[in-house]
Amino acid sequence: MAKVRGAIVVDVEKCKGCGLCVVACPSKVIELAREVNAKGYNYAYMANPEACTGCVNCALVCPDTVITVYRVKTEAEA
Amino acid sequence: MDVKDIIKEENLVYSKTKLLTDNIMHYCPGCTHGVVHKVLAEVIDELGLQEKTIGVAPVGCSVLAYNYIDIDWHEAAHGRAPALATAINRLYPDKYVFTYQGDGDLASIGTAEIIHACNRGENILVIFINNGIYGMTGGQMAPTTLIDMPTSTTPYGRKTEFNGHPLKITDIIAQLPGTCYVTRQSGHAPAAVRKLKKAITKAFENTGKKKGTSFIEVVSTCNSGWKLSPVKANEWMVEHMFPFYPLGDLKDE
Repeated sequence: MAKVRGAIVVDVEKCKGCGLCVVACPSKVIELAREVNAKGYNYAYMANPEACTGCVNCALVCPDTVITVYRVKTEAEA
Repeated sequence: MDVKDIIKEENLVYSKTKLLTDNIMHYCPGCTHGVVHKVLAEVIDELGLQEKTIGVAPVGCSVLAYNYIDIDWHEAAHGRAPALATAINRLYPDKYVFTYQGDGDLASIGTAEIIHACNRGENILVIFINNGIYGMTGGQMAPTTLIDMPTSTTPYGRKTEFNGHPLKITDIIAQLPGTCYVTRQSGHAPAAVRKLKKAITKAFENTGKKKGTSFIEVVSTCNSGWKLSPVKANEWMVEHMFPFYPLGDLKDE
């Protein structure tokens, strides 16, 4: 059965660490980093990349439009 | 499969629209303005109206919207955006004119302008950001502030006997014959953002068909003014704002 895998790229320097993407993600992929960007915000990152399905929910709710989403269909690994 | 193999140009499903500039928005973290700007830019881009759209910016945080959406903008005096949009629309009837106003701008100082512009049925789109307070000036009480909602000028909550009742201006505007589409949306969750995008698309199409005034209220948060975190502010909005300002279409002709 085909499996959908996704990945996000966060523009770290533009992220303000509001955390709206963290609650919007249905598969709990995103967390806020312990590190901060140049402006002092704990930016969002993929803490659990295997679970990402590329559903675009995080990018939709992001007020600063810093998230780019990629998605690919793969054959499930045996 | 490694993440590096997924992040390739051919697998791209969502990226920032070109209509949004690369400037970092001055809005607070988690501000609904960012979501509405994004959706608006996407709709204008998808309909191919960049050269034909003129926005009228209000007084409020979004006064600097011209920094973020790459279309023609005009700045109005406080509350007078519908009057200015009327003028632009009558001089350039083929342009798509919209105003972008907050609740202090639209429902308080600009009440006369918005009521009469909608009643005349000017062929414009009005986007009304309702967060229940004056966000830019420090979170003072606005006409739309809920009963018992604390603000910096009503620290013990809004009391009807002293401060009057919250104003549902969208419900008033829905009764005016000049409006063709009146709806109340939000931008707190993915589904809400998708609905908001549909509503704005429909409103731009109404402008193209010259049907009259389209009015979209966006129930929003102001987490700095509400003194809550962005996530908590969204939860507070769902719990308190939505019962009084229920989402959905009020009029669709």
